[in-house]
Amino acid sequence: MHWRASVLALLSALLLGVAIPSAAFDIESMPTPEMQRRYDGLTHELRCMQCQNQSIADSPVGLAEDLRRDVREQIIAGKTDAQIRDSMVARYGNIILFRPPFTPSTAWVWVLPFLLLLVGVLIAVRIVRHRTTLVANDDSVIEPEDVTR
Amino acid sequence: MSRFLIPAAIFLALAGVLYVGVVHSPNKSTMQSALLGKPVPDFNLPVLGKPGMTLTKAQLDGRPWVLNVWGTWCVACREEHATLLEIGRQNALPLVGLSWKDEDEAALDWLSQLGNPYSVVAVDHDGRTAIDFGVYGAPETFFIDAGGRVQYRHVGPMTPEVWEREFLSRVPRGGLP
Repeated sequence: MHWRASVLALLSALLLGVAIPSAAFDIESMPTPEMQRRYDGLTHELRCMQCQNQSIADSPVGLAEDLRRDVREQIIAGKTDAQIRDSMVARYGNIILFRPPFTPSTAWVWVLPFLLLLVGVLIAVRIVRHRTTLVANDDSVIEPEDVTR
Repeated sequence: MSRFLIPAAIFLALAGVLYVGVVHSPNKSTMQSALLGKPVPDFNLPVLGKPGMTLTKAQLDGRPWVLNVWGTWCVACREEHATLLEIGRQNALPLVGLSWKDEDEAALDWLSQLGNPYSVVAVDHDGRTAIDFGVYGAPETFFIDAGGRVQYRHVGPMTPEVWEREFLSRVPRGGLP
């Protein structure tokens, strides 16, 4: 049982290690907790265009800093989250959003996983059905060693 | 037979999807500007080396022009500078510089040491205008048509080939008014 505890400890250490940097650059604080919540949300879903696998909340580069300021100012100016996202897309394109919008060119990204899931379920159903018929036709005697195994 | 055919077909389909994804993954240097065909964002910026003067979008309307975003902190900008000087000498299009998040002193030193290819340089200290242009890394060069719309954006150092192919080719026949 001890190894389980140590694996758990190792995993949580890894998770913590990954989680800490994401908060490191958010030194700016918003005037209200509600605005802070929206700021945190938006800055985590906008891509840093200079280091494309980081969000602007996670990136220390100057451009990410400027974009965080832009988000902050737009929230304070009373813009909605959708308006802020749209203004980012208008300047940088859809690529700035980590969550791609549902458009004809991105439709397959959203639909494909569900299609594959459906295919998987159909295959599973086929296999189970096939096995059920096998068992129904199986009239061989069960040996004692088969039971113990 | 279908036992192997179906998984093989699924595998091939998935491989195809991933292949397309890899081949078409956005390359940083070829990413299209979101501003293509759209009007240039409004700006009102101080002019480098001319205290009290400002440059606005309206002053440039009515003829095609080129915007080059640069900074003295940008290594690739030094690389393209010889090409920019050549372009400045050609004088086919007004070349407007945007000094992006830089010290004015450093920018002026750079121009006096390496030569000044620009008709005018606007100063964007806090990077707000650069964000409005969708700039994500210097150098970037934009072609703006006579109607004030962005027609092309080149990311990375300017080369004589790119200038010829993507910028000069967009100048209306008969030259500038």
